[in-house]
Amino acid sequence: MEALDLARWQFGITTVYHFIFVPLTIGLSLLVAIMQTIAVRSKDPVRKDAWTRLTKFFGSMLIVNFGIGIATGIVQEFQFGMNWSEYSRYVGDVFGAPLALEGLLAFFLESVFLGLWIFGWNKLPEKIHLLTIWMVAIGTMLSAYFIIAANSFMQHPVGAVLNPETGRAELDPSQGSILSVLTNVTTLAAFPHVISGAWLVASAFVTGVAGWHMVRHHNKARELGMETTDGAEHHLMSRDVFRPAVRFGVVAMFVSALVLVISGDFQAKIMFEQQPMKMASAEALCETQSGAPFSILTVGGPDAFAADCDSVTHLIEVPYVTAILATYDPNATLQGVDDLNAQYKEQFGETTTDIFGNEVEADYRPNLFVTYWSFRLMIGLAVFSAIVAFWALWVTRGKGDQARTTGSKAFAWFTVLAIPMPFLANSAGWVFTEMGRQPWVVHPNPLDPTVRLMTIQGVSSNPGWMVLTSMVTFTLLYGVLAVVWFYLMRKAALKGIPIPQRDEQTDELDTPAISFGY
Amino acid sequence: MDMIDPTLLQTLWFALIAFFFLGYFLLEGFDFGVEMNVLALGKGDTERRGTIISTIAPIWDGNQVWLLVGGASIFAAFPEWYATLFSGFYLALLLLLVMLIVRVCAFKYRAKHDTPTWTKTWDWVHILSGFLPALLWGVAFANIVRGVAIDGNSWVTTSLLGLLNPFGLLGGIVFVLLFWLHGTLYLTLRTVGELREDANRLAGILILPTIIAGAAFLIWYQLAYSNSALTWLPLLVAAVALVAVAVLNRMRREGAAFMASLTAIGGAGVTLFGGLFPYVLPATNDAANSLTVAGASSSEHTLLVMTIAVVVFMPIVLAYEIWSFWVFRHRIAGPDDPQPPGLVERARGAYREAFDQDGGRRHAES
Repeated sequence: MEALDLARWQFGITTVYHFIFVPLTIGLSLLVAIMQTIAVRSKDPVRKDAWTRLTKFFGSMLIVNFGIGIATGIVQEFQFGMNWSEYSRYVGDVFGAPLALEGLLAFFLESVFLGLWIFGWNKLPEKIHLLTIWMVAIGTMLSAYFIIAANSFMQHPVGAVLNPETGRAELDPSQGSILSVLTNVTTLAAFPHVISGAWLVASAFVTGVAGWHMVRHHNKARELGMETTDGAEHHLMSRDVFRPAVRFGVVAMFVSALVLVISGDFQAKIMFEQQPMKMASAEALCETQSGAPFSILTVGGPDAFAADCDSVTHLIEVPYVTAILATYDPNATLQGVDDLNAQYKEQFGETTTDIFGNEVEADYRPNLFVTYWSFRLMIGLAVFSAIVAFWALWVTRGKGDQARTTGSKAFAWFTVLAIPMPFLANSAGWVFTEMGRQPWVVHPNPLDPTVRLMTIQGVSSNPGWMVLTSMVTFTLLYGVLAVVWFYLMRKAALKGIPIPQRDEQTDELDTPAISFGY
Repeated sequence: MDMIDPTLLQTLWFALIAFFFLGYFLLEGFDFGVEMNVLALGKGDTERRGTIISTIAPIWDGNQVWLLVGGASIFAAFPEWYATLFSGFYLALLLLLVMLIVRVCAFKYRAKHDTPTWTKTWDWVHILSGFLPALLWGVAFANIVRGVAIDGNSWVTTSLLGLLNPFGLLGGIVFVLLFWLHGTLYLTLRTVGELREDANRLAGILILPTIIAGAAFLIWYQLAYSNSALTWLPLLVAAVALVAVAVLNRMRREGAAFMASLTAIGGAGVTLFGGLFPYVLPATNDAANSLTVAGASSSEHTLLVMTIAVVVFMPIVLAYEIWSFWVFRHRIAGPDDPQPPGLVERARGAYREAFDQDGGRRHAES
């Protein structure tokens, strides 16, 4: 493999890995902030107590997760310069600004206030302490906004112009400059999609973990007998602490799903206009077609892993859906991959020049297999979340004294096993949008295609062995960290919330604290 | 290449990059030093080591952000510098990144599991990620101000071994000593009892080698590489401040000694950055290939946009970061006690009443 492929693999590995943790951090910091708000605002002592415990319980997992997101995020910022120096030279005048703004507005906010939140329990006044977790949540969302704005510039450059003197893209005051970059329509569509994707990850997580404990305490209560003191405590844990958390998670799932679907639909329309090649690849639409159907299963040639258009066979199709997805018009004409490729060759040239000045043949088609399947995986995995949400709603139905919990082991297992699904959907979405953009690192804006850069032109000049060294190092290190992370998250999740122990002599309730600091 | 004079905005941004990195070294510098003292003052005792780490537990993360903002600012304000430097110092940065990654995990995960092997492993990660990043930053900065070989494409041709030249290595040693001293003085400010005494003693031992190595490094730099005679001034400030550390530490004036060590690091930083101007990365092989402030920068418009952002947001950042230092200013006695008695007792009482874990439940049952 050459340095270019290795650098792409490294970017893929480190980014997908980073974005396993980031959505949970973004979503969970908001959910924990809401939990703590409910706790602070509750007048009913039972309710206040339950939500305080939930805040600390999910907060302890948020902290474990936060660490690894920060650690892997540093790599992301350095990587542009290390592996993609020629890209950095070309876009730095535009692309650097959102990254610097992210540091200035978001990283400081989340880091400083996370410290204050973790170590400020019982030290800061209640309302001030509540404010700190909100600052953390706002910081994570701001961070996402700036990164999406930076990424959107790669999908659809705006606010910039090619300066022939310097040979690079520069912010253009006459096109709205940084404000255009930050209000790129691509950003406005992608941000709600990414954020609601993060919420879905976190709310499925909360539902899964709380669902597990609700069932556990429910069964423990029946086992011990509801009339015993301990049995009653377990019943209260199930009904008053974890059941509200499950329902809270379900509500958050519905909100996330609504935003996800609306923003996703909007994105498809934009993508059809801005990156028709990506849309066509998502559908493995090889030839230009009117009223294009949405294919559910497609095989390519004899090996089923075809990365190009030769002998692609659509097996199952739903008529008109792709056309509607792209334009709202069932009879719209969509251009196929091969036609677009021919058109781009005419527009951007049959060949391109790499960083060493060699002429290389240009192929403007992304990897069809990856784009087609990652798009379907992203959407298809939502089925699991939908089942969890409706199932959880059903088993926790009822109000007040009629409020139900369940002892169903099947439910407990299903909610827990459904936790990774939105994580995978997030990864699939990023793989789709990044690999669907290839061979471009900065995709030309159809309205003004002068600002554009092919991936092959963005890589650093470092030799392959060097990139391989760093790729292997990061992969191994990340592998070890994944094991540590999983172990600690599992431990924190399984621990649950301690039952108060009754002191035999004084008959006082003693609640073990949930450890919080480092 | 004719030397073009940098514009006002370019000069301002060179100064701002220096400001962000100085902020990083002044703040994260004592965090590195504190982590080195997990070894030097920890005495292999888990609880003592825990106490040492908890002096920086609430604030190290915010301190580290100075690096992220500094790095991103180089990207935004000097893309050519960012591209050449980061691709050129590839393996050194890889090593640094590995250390910064495991370091975050050491902070977050050390207390999350309770077996001797677990704790000891993360203690060693702390120790290594105190010493190694300090060393690597020293080597890297010494080579930035000294210059490396750069070809006509602005690609660095100096290898990792080439960075380990005598001047680079001395720079590494100086950074380790400066940060170690800085972190030790910080510990005298934030701990009590035996640990405080030991830190005071260790600072007394560290000061002499720091003065010798620091003076050798800076004078070598000033004579051989600095582009300005003016940098003798901050150099002198740094020297006086280090001597003051020695005196103040002996007098047990802990706050003043820490301020002096801040001044020393600040003076050294200003010397290095000031002497680098008007270059950002000199070429040792062919002066024409040097990256300059004027040549490596973003457009004037981008610099203006970024200036507005910094002017608006940096004061807010400084305000809440200083507030967090204020909240966690008290001396601590043990690992689970990041900030014990004294602070806002009244609020604490009210908060405990409202938020205490068993308060509500007991209330509910009665």
